[in-house]
Amino acid sequence: MPHLLAATSMIERVKEFINAVCQPHWFMILSVLGLVIFLRFYRTLTRPAVAGPLAALGLLAFLASCMDENFAKIVTKADNVPIVMMMFAISFVIWLAFRQAAINDENIEAGRPLTEAGADDKVLVWPDLVYIELIALVLCTAFLTVWAIVLRAPLEQPADPNIAPNPAKAPWYFLGLQEMLVYFDPWLAGVVFPGLIVVGLIAIPYIDKNPRGNGYYTFKERPFAISTFLAGFLVLWVLLIIFGTFLRGPNWNFFGPYEYWDLHRPAALLNVEPRDLFWIDIMGLGIPKNFLVRELPGILLIAGYFILGPWILRGLFFRKLYQQMGFARFSIMSFLLLVMLLMPIKMALRWTLNLHYIVGITEWFLNI
Amino acid sequence: MTRLGTWVREGQIWGSIFRHGIPRDRRTRAMAILSNVFLHLHPVAIRKSGIRLSFTWCMGGLTFFLFLVEVVTGVLLMFYYRPTVEYAYFDIQGLRAHVTLGLLRELHRWGAHAMVITIWLHMLRVFLTGSYKPPREFNWSVGVILLVLTLLLSFTGYLLPWDQLAMWAITVGSNMARATPLVGSEGPGASFLQIGGVPLVHAGDDARFGLLGGTFVGPAALLRFYVLHCVFIPVVVTVLLAVHFWRIRKDGGISGPL
Repeated sequence: MPHLLAATSMIERVKEFINAVCQPHWFMILSVLGLVIFLRFYRTLTRPAVAGPLAALGLLAFLASCMDENFAKIVTKADNVPIVMMMFAISFVIWLAFRQAAINDENIEAGRPLTEAGADDKVLVWPDLVYIELIALVLCTAFLTVWAIVLRAPLEQPADPNIAPNPAKAPWYFLGLQEMLVYFDPWLAGVVFPGLIVVGLIAIPYIDKNPRGNGYYTFKERPFAISTFLAGFLVLWVLLIIFGTFLRGPNWNFFGPYEYWDLHRPAALLNVEPRDLFWIDIMGLGIPKNFLVRELPGILLIAGYFILGPWILRGLFFRKLYQQMGFARFSIMSFLLLVMLLMPIKMALRWTLNLHYIVGITEWFLNI
Repeated sequence: MTRLGTWVREGQIWGSIFRHGIPRDRRTRAMAILSNVFLHLHPVAIRKSGIRLSFTWCMGGLTFFLFLVEVVTGVLLMFYYRPTVEYAYFDIQGLRAHVTLGLLRELHRWGAHAMVITIWLHMLRVFLTGSYKPPREFNWSVGVILLVLTLLLSFTGYLLPWDQLAMWAITVGSNMARATPLVGSEGPGASFLQIGGVPLVHAGDDARFGLLGGTFVGPAALLRFYVLHCVFIPVVVTVLLAVHFWRIRKDGGISGPL
């Protein structure tokens, strides 16, 4: 049966290819690229005639992947099932939102009223809304009950502080943060970044002074706000969770979706520090004894990034936005944006230079 | 049957509870909302575009409903569960083996996961429709706090089964607190806080210690997480939910084009 063998090896090659493009750098680059393409061509891509086949293709790829033993094992793990549901739910609502945005944007261009227009067009809450709520509640209960019957809540061996599982993973909704630990120390990935995410979210309505797009779906009227939010929410939060859950195995090593979680794969080495690059490779000197002098190049880099960054951003991209926002709002916005960008920057430095820390004052636990 | 129904509805008991007739016309339908403490979270009338499922995705409402599911199943679970290292794991095991209709824990756990997802989707919807813009800035902030509290509720509950999954997930999570700047023993700046060479912030009094009630995930951590999970955070969430719902109405109801 030569053709059957050929088909099997074909499938294996496809799997190997997918395993390869799921590696951290390709995963992130392709995700960002996907988002950019989606936001550029959302009007075409959300048309039912285009989105339908795409969705069918995605579903088919998922179902076909489930025939792989390693893939099926990880997606059917009880606590991972919600993430699979979330992947489908988010894909659907993103389509729903951008389909309506596309229609509204075309309406705005043609001078027609918005789909949500008609402020005086009111209906009574009883019965119109109360019944929708009742139906939603019944469906939700039914869904949850079926879920509870089909899938048992996990219960492993009794807690034992002497036996650490490998990998030890945080609850799934924090796995994006745990994935950040690959690139940043705990004080940033576990404390400062989550804190700034909360502060940044709360700050959104106070720094976004764009009066348009209030109360209806649109993309054209607020491209910057929506692109930034989606880059943060979809790429740096949801996709990192998916990555941390499905593609990180023992020793927090990367494993492709069809790979076996091998306990004996060695952990990655990180050995490049910018202080070595600067003092030894560029200056041809030894490493200074005083650690503040030693880390000066990195400290200057970070300081320059946060002090000059806003001015460069303003000069290159945000002239109009700066006038709209004013100095204080713009400073806060650009600080938050630069913190957010620090993540992909550090990732890229890690992939290309195998860089460990930009600033590495291990004496004070102050590593960036 | 119809006569029985009429007899009940015209009696004193029914009339004392529902102070309006059957909601058939505008006046009684408005009364149905206005005279009910739960339903009057809603306005009487609402924008037609605002109740379309394609607009709201119903995610805020479902998040609240799932919160109620968690409260009900959580209270029932408390009947069977003792938050001590000796009993916790075996109570959960017993719940699975001996309790009739032992779906409680499943409903509670999957409901919690679902709630995390629905609250994220709710935030996404509110953002994409620009509904955080004036006059709803403050309510968005309240919503962000509620989102954080939802994650903390889920996180504190994760420890309670006291199995390997629970203990090590919380160990990974709470190890972060050790790195908090200034107040974590391995956080930047903590080494400056010392008097005469004696460190003020060390593993025995830092942020992680405060969270766990010890230097490891042990009995004190279990009790702390139990109290936070069952009493403290739910109470705070309930108060903030009241503010959140009240502000929706005060800020002009569900959002729509101005």
